[in-house]
Amino acid sequence: MTAILESFFGGLSIASVLLLAALGLAIVFGLMGVINMAHGELMMLGAYTTFVVQNVLKGTPLESVYILFALVTAFIMASLLGIILERGVVRYLYGRPLETLLATWGVSLILQQLIRSISWQLATGIVLFSLLFFGTLWFFSRRGDFERFRGWFLGVMLPISAAITWFVSDLLGKTHKMPFTRPWFGTQGVDVTAPSWLRGGVPIVPGYQLPLTRLFIILLTAACLLGVYWFLNKTVWGLRIRAVTQNRNMSACLGIPTQKVDALTFAIGSGLAGVAGCAVSLLSSVSSNLGQQYLVDTFMVVVVGGVGKLIGSIAAATGIGLLNYVIAANALGPLLSFSPALTAISEFFASGPMAKVFVFALIVLFLQIRPAGLFPQKGRTVDA
Amino acid sequence: MTVKAIEPAVEPRALAKARQRRWFWLEVALVVVCALLLLLVIPAILNAVGQGVRVNQLGRFLALAIAALGIDLIWGYTGLLSLGHGIFFALGGYALAMYLELQAKGGGTPDFFSLYGVTDLPTFWRPFNSLPFTIIAIWLIPTLVAIALGYLVFRNRIRGVYFSILTQAALIVFFNFFNGQQKLINGTNGLKTSTSPIFGVQASAPRAQAIFYALSVVFLVLGYVVCRWLTSGRMGRMLVAIRDDEPRVRFSGYNPTGFKVFVFAVSAALAGIAGALFTVQSGIITPSSSLSTAFSIEMVIWVAVGGRATLVGAIFGTLLVNFARTLLSEQFPAVWLFFQGALFLSVVTILPNGIIGWLRSSGFALGRSLFGRRHPVATYPSLETDPDVEYERQNLRD
Amino acid sequence: MSDKILEIEHLTVSFDGFKAITDLNFSLDFGELRVVIGPNGAGKTTFMDVITGKTKPTEGKVYFKGKDILPYREHEIAQMGIGRKFQTPRVYLKLTPRENLELSCVRHKNVWSVLRGKASSEERHTVNDLLETIGLTSRADIPAELLSHGEKQRLEIGMLVAQSPDLLLIDEPVAGLTDEETEAVGHLLMQLAETHSIMVIEHDMEFVRQIARKVTVLHQGTVLCEGSMDEIQNDPRVIEVYLGKEDEDH
Repeated sequence: MTAILESFFGGLSIASVLLLAALGLAIVFGLMGVINMAHGELMMLGAYTTFVVQNVLKGTPLESVYILFALVTAFIMASLLGIILERGVVRYLYGRPLETLLATWGVSLILQQLIRSISWQLATGIVLFSLLFFGTLWFFSRRGDFERFRGWFLGVMLPISAAITWFVSDLLGKTHKMPFTRPWFGTQGVDVTAPSWLRGGVPIVPGYQLPLTRLFIILLTAACLLGVYWFLNKTVWGLRIRAVTQNRNMSACLGIPTQKVDALTFAIGSGLAGVAGCAVSLLSSVSSNLGQQYLVDTFMVVVVGGVGKLIGSIAAATGIGLLNYVIAANALGPLLSFSPALTAISEFFASGPMAKVFVFALIVLFLQIRPAGLFPQKGRTVDA
Repeated sequence: MTVKAIEPAVEPRALAKARQRRWFWLEVALVVVCALLLLLVIPAILNAVGQGVRVNQLGRFLALAIAALGIDLIWGYTGLLSLGHGIFFALGGYALAMYLELQAKGGGTPDFFSLYGVTDLPTFWRPFNSLPFTIIAIWLIPTLVAIALGYLVFRNRIRGVYFSILTQAALIVFFNFFNGQQKLINGTNGLKTSTSPIFGVQASAPRAQAIFYALSVVFLVLGYVVCRWLTSGRMGRMLVAIRDDEPRVRFSGYNPTGFKVFVFAVSAALAGIAGALFTVQSGIITPSSSLSTAFSIEMVIWVAVGGRATLVGAIFGTLLVNFARTLLSEQFPAVWLFFQGALFLSVVTILPNGIIGWLRSSGFALGRSLFGRRHPVATYPSLETDPDVEYERQNLRD
Repeated sequence: MSDKILEIEHLTVSFDGFKAITDLNFSLDFGELRVVIGPNGAGKTTFMDVITGKTKPTEGKVYFKGKDILPYREHEIAQMGIGRKFQTPRVYLKLTPRENLELSCVRHKNVWSVLRGKASSEERHTVNDLLETIGLTSRADIPAELLSHGEKQRLEIGMLVAQSPDLLLIDEPVAGLTDEETEAVGHLLMQLAETHSIMVIEHDMEFVRQIARKVTVLHQGTVLCEGSMDEIQNDPRVIEVYLGKEDEDH
């Protein structure tokens, strides 16, 4: 009994992290058929935001509740980045899902390296370049005949802006020296410490405590789920999102601004990634490859859950989370003690990475029975 | 200006055949010339200018180009984006590395096993004592894995991004397995091949390396010929048909599953050979080098840069990106990832057909226009032969 | 066993509770040309989906030449001799019309024969004849994406014939065609009807009048009535379905 409860709560806490991370991905994939490979990096951004907020509020009266501020900031930061990503890249690639996948992978590489090497020097450089290049672009694009000299403009302004930026940031780097050129975070991981009221645990059964951070994440996931459910089902924009999910062309004909819907959905999906990043920063040290650790698991949630229904993602995340935990912790070991062969097998897979091997095999088997996931879409439009 | 009556340009069959044959022999000649250049001229030049280390790099990149051919076959022609080709690459590489590890000890248990307290050689190592078995295993094991995985996935019509995601998950699974099983395959540390004897010399000796370089060129040419044969005939059209409209293929009476499994297996075999040749030229294979997600996606970008659905593009792109990488990461290590990310973004958005594709579609036209010559406009044959249209054109031009 | 090429008994298809087809019975004689009409949402396309194996029905039986074809998948059904033309023309855009037709007329459709495949002189003749029939000889070697809509329609019908099926299912062959093209397609269908059994779904009543011998009207997933064009046009139920009830109009 103890073992069962323990594995249940252990699995549940893994599942809640998975679900939180996959939720945004599932919404975006459901709406646009876009797999965002940079989703993990949006999580990473959320985690680093938490770290920054924690340090900013250190020593102020708000220190003990910094996590709440961090959640909001992480959501906003990730949403903003999501909007930039959608407006800047993804919208040019609608209808070409494989290309989108490659492009967002490129974005994820850039974000990873950016977080490693960002310093005051790099940050001013980026801001300066954006001001110079996009400012002039905006200025000239208001002219009617812009299309005619577009090529010339890009050819001239791109190197000029780059050169000015290079010169200025090099100069600043030389005058201000180390504090200016030193990376903010570096390649080493940074640590987020949970506020004091989240340390410790709740005794569930004798000998097993559920850490408060885990409980916090479970509650946070539930809150996000409720929020997303409310948003999708009770608000005007939620209705529009659902309409576009079901039939993009028809929605456009009915006057729904599909472009805004796309941007909004992407922003929400990204924001949820930010929240997820904030949550996982409580569990382990934060580094630039945080996103990569969660990426494939969240994809599996989307694949198993099917597209377009929240309940699918919930069921899939719970299933995968529980299985992962049970196999990795060898929780079924005592039950299998009657057969030495089964015991050997279950011990072979009894570690985090090997449990994933086993779960993947199960997922492939599952897809033989339900190729379109747990809750597939039906009807004439599917696979037309 | 007089209007000339224009005859429809229907070519006599014999003439068309002769033209085709001419092109065929021209291509053969080009391939032979390129192969000879790579085999004899370029290494000699590089050695002469004291850049001998570049020969080894070139050899490794040529090996990677073999894998890129396979990617092009499944992605460029058939529309299957595999993000897990590292699996097949690693299987080929590990197969050869296991043989070489055993050779280093004269067939005995390799040294690293003692670190983990393993005294008996695991059973699955034993067959790798034999060179013929290893040579077959290098391509056969990846092929079999690809057939199993491909069949399970394609049979259920799992397509598009779902396929990509599943191949990536499979990659992670293989990574976890190779990385975690120290007692079976030396885990994170991987297998070393540099100190083992092969062809009577050490695998890292210049003579052995020269042989591996030559083998890379030979297999690249073979791979090119096989892919060219596959994509030019009826099979090639079938693959393009599957890429463009798979459900339609079914209603034409074909079962796409078989074709997809077949082409996936061929590309896996190519990746396996590439893995073996690459491993033996770099001297080591580890899970984090061959089975990382980044490496497998990178393979795709080589093809994308060169131009998908053009086999030459796959080879060209591989060499270009990898040399760019070597040069950039020698000079500015941090810049490489930025550059690579930008490469992904820009190739997909600005040059969707890659360099070779761009050359074919508009590059030549640009070149012609620079020399003041007009590119013939591709349009309806009926328009081309329509006297009215021709008349209008000539009048408008003046 | 019977002179019916296609028999459908008590067919029901439901998507998550929504019934696209309800208890539909239908049969088609050998060599018959049948036109199926019906308002939007009558279940016409779903009906074709079921026959070609794309959708599996909830209930009912489908017999082709007396054989139950429900357990088979799309490509197997296609090989048995049912060819389908889609609503919007679906040809392989990057291939030329000649290659499109060649792919369709290959007899052995497995990996090995395609791999070894070279067009036999017989197949080349078939393809050339077909190109002639559908009037695309002069465009035989340009990519199909450059063809006009009407040419694509004709190409797809050609691909269908190249498969040499016994039963042709044709979904809206003249949608978006000019009057001339419509007439050409009509002649093509009449020509084909001499050697094949054909079922056509169409909205264009002019066209239906041109080709139809017997018409079936579908409404809300079931057969409303069947008969010659004149009978159909005078049937009060059909008028009601297409124009609405008299008293509702006011």
